[in-house]
Amino acid sequence: MEPASAKLIGAGLAAIGAGVAALGVGNVFGSFLESALRNPGAADGQQGRLFIGFAAAELLGLLSFVVAMILIFVA
Amino acid sequence: MAEQGKVDPMHQFMIEPLFGTDHWTIAGHNIAFTNSALWMLITFVVLFAFVAGGAKGQTVPGRWQVMVEGLVGFIDNLLAANVGPKGKKYVPYIFSLFSFILFSNVLGLLPLGLIKGVHPFTSTSHFTVTGVLAILSFSIVLIVGFARHGLHFFSLFVPHGTPAWLLWLIPVIELISFLVRPFSLALRLFVAMMAGHVLLEVLSSFVISSTNSGMLWGTVVGLPSFALMIAICALEILVAGIQAYVFALLTSLYLNDAENLH
Repeated sequence: MEPASAKLIGAGLAAIGAGVAALGVGNVFGSFLESALRNPGAADGQQGRLFIGFAAAELLGLLSFVVAMILIFVA
Repeated sequence: MAEQGKVDPMHQFMIEPLFGTDHWTIAGHNIAFTNSALWMLITFVVLFAFVAGGAKGQTVPGRWQVMVEGLVGFIDNLLAANVGPKGKKYVPYIFSLFSFILFSNVLGLLPLGLIKGVHPFTSTSHFTVTGVLAILSFSIVLIVGFARHGLHFFSLFVPHGTPAWLLWLIPVIELISFLVRPFSLALRLFVAMMAGHVLLEVLSSFVISSTNSGMLWGTVVGLPSFALMIAICALEILVAGIQAYVFALLTSLYLNDAENLH
């Protein structure tokens, strides 16, 4: 296989990471909404933790984007 | 760029010297006034005007003053909730950080490209800019931590209740997660801003090439892409706010570690 095509295939495979991170972000917000509807009084106090979880889950998806960009433009 | 009308999604991130300053040097280093510097300056001017316009201190605040007070109060609450009373002195720093990131994210999204010759530029879509912001936050955490607790600051790496037989492993993991913080801060903001802009550009290239190739493809591919672009634009405004908030929130959490240890 030519190196150029291997790079593009690798960049495409990195998109799987973005999709899986989407599951993670959806899980964070889904679980928050589920429990916020059970106890709306406690929901506002947990928004900071919601965004910490969101940030952690999202970062991993963004890393796969970085991998794709490095494969296409740098490597 | 073989065919005409093809959009290069990375061109918008090009840093170019402006106003013929590309040969200015100090001690052999190029200090050209670039479009990145220009847009950071614009961000600063807009932010300064926004705050100056609202900082009137009237007893009965007008609309503008309520906006500015709301923004400051938001940061004040963030620090009070995450750091406690000791967090009061960081309000100016976190406020500048949050509003600089927010304003430069939003300014980069404005449809200023419609005016001929104006090229909007998001300064936070570059790792150099977000990296400096992250290093700033991280060094404040280090300086405050060591100044306040001395070498006792290293107890941050041993959380309360660590079993004795795990003492060889937990500090290593905590140290790594501590050292990764500036990278994750900078990377998150930079990639989130860059990915959104690349996505918009790619979708716009779909619209342009499909409309160029005829009525059929224009309706089948071009129109849905255009509708998606509008939706993504709305999402980008949300992301601009969330990323600025996350940056400020994580910085205040790290400051909490430095102020109160675990």
